[in-house]
Amino acid sequence: MIALLVRDLRLAVRAGGGFGLSLAFFLIVTVLVPFGVGPEGGTLARIAPGILWVGALLACLLSLDRIFALDFEDGSLDLIATAPIPMEAVVTMKALAHWLTTGLPLVLAAPVFGVLLHLPGPAYFWLVVSLALGTPALSVLGAFGAALTVGLKRGGLLLSLLVLPLYVPTLIFGAELIGRGAEGSSTATPLMMLAGITAATVALVPFAAAAAIRINLR
Amino acid sequence: MSIWEYANPKKFMQTSAWALPWFTGLAVVTLLTGLIWGFFFTPEAANFGTTVKIIYIHVPSAMMAINVWAMMLVTSLIWLIRRHHVSALAAKAAAPIGLVMTLIALFTGAIWGQPMWGTWWEWDPRLTSFLILGLFYLGYLALWAAIDNPDTAADLTGVLCLVGSVFALLSRYAVNFWNQGLHQAASLSVDAEENVSDVYWYPLLLCMAGFVLLFIVLVLIRTRTEVRSRRLQALEARERLA
Repeated sequence: MIALLVRDLRLAVRAGGGFGLSLAFFLIVTVLVPFGVGPEGGTLARIAPGILWVGALLACLLSLDRIFALDFEDGSLDLIATAPIPMEAVVTMKALAHWLTTGLPLVLAAPVFGVLLHLPGPAYFWLVVSLALGTPALSVLGAFGAALTVGLKRGGLLLSLLVLPLYVPTLIFGAELIGRGAEGSSTATPLMMLAGITAATVALVPFAAAAAIRINLR
Repeated sequence: MSIWEYANPKKFMQTSAWALPWFTGLAVVTLLTGLIWGFFFTPEAANFGTTVKIIYIHVPSAMMAINVWAMMLVTSLIWLIRRHHVSALAAKAAAPIGLVMTLIALFTGAIWGQPMWGTWWEWDPRLTSFLILGLFYLGYLALWAAIDNPDTAADLTGVLCLVGSVFALLSRYAVNFWNQGLHQAASLSVDAEENVSDVYWYPLLLCMAGFVLLFIVLVLIRTRTEVRSRRLQALEARERLA
């Protein structure tokens, strides 16, 4: 399992394109929004939590089709499937590798992008907390979507249609957490809900994703 | 009689061919009675005027939009667990109907909302969760359309339906938390103290029954079409081999 994780991380870093790309995409989304809504600080500060979350979501989506597609094409997914580790573990490791290469950089870079959007002071802590708690769920759900569409030639658009509705609860509670943090009101409810959704997703969705992979490899 | 008998497509075709005219007739009679009663023979409500009559379409279609998904969940489970082929085809046949019901509910709601709330659309929890339900239907249909092998498609859409059900429910409660509603509370619950007045209740009940029957008719027709198209595919495959 560790070997698989290390392999995926190496592939992501050395093959290029995957690692920095979603971060750059996140940056571009953040830069484009002020052009769209105007540079007034008040407006930007109010919509900043939503923009940062939607940006993170789209950046995450961008690299999803790589999770299984490349391995499926060159046949290494068949080999991994016959290896003596359960498919659920494979999916979890793949999702973890995806999170380490896209989710984690987003979490670390988000405060910088928050400055660009005039995010109010107390919200920075909650921005990092909510992205750190929420993005693992995005990666695991994305792995599920990628597992469903792995056998398809042009699965990219379909993948986003399948995955984005699944992101709704995470997005709602994630953005709400930052919003409440910015106002200084109680953050306990969205924090618990966000953490709960992520925990349940990480625990249960790999089983569905593994089932989908098995069907696709049949 | 058990549902396992109907895993045999021949048996299913026979029984559904016999049942279809009865259900069609019943659906037409119930819907016509319910709608005509509702539209022409009920008084106008004090606060709402004539617009109250939209409920005879809005409420049944909204009810069906949710129940069709529930039916797809059950049929997908039956397919995934017992490889009941007709069940998988019924799930496929039901999805477009569910999507149309969702759209009808949203559009009639918008037509009603314009004069009553002064807006076509509001990010109200019920409206929003219906929109999300519509997106789930779209994704489900797109996945069916994208995969060539029918068994793989049935399996994968079944898995999507299971995961989607959980997340559709989750989204329903998440949007509840996110925004307080404009939509009136449920007034048809069996356990509530105060419900909608009987004058509206009886024709509405007929309309709801009519929509259920209409759905059964449509699902039967569409499932029969699916069975026939599978037979055609089998014939073509055999011809290519010969």
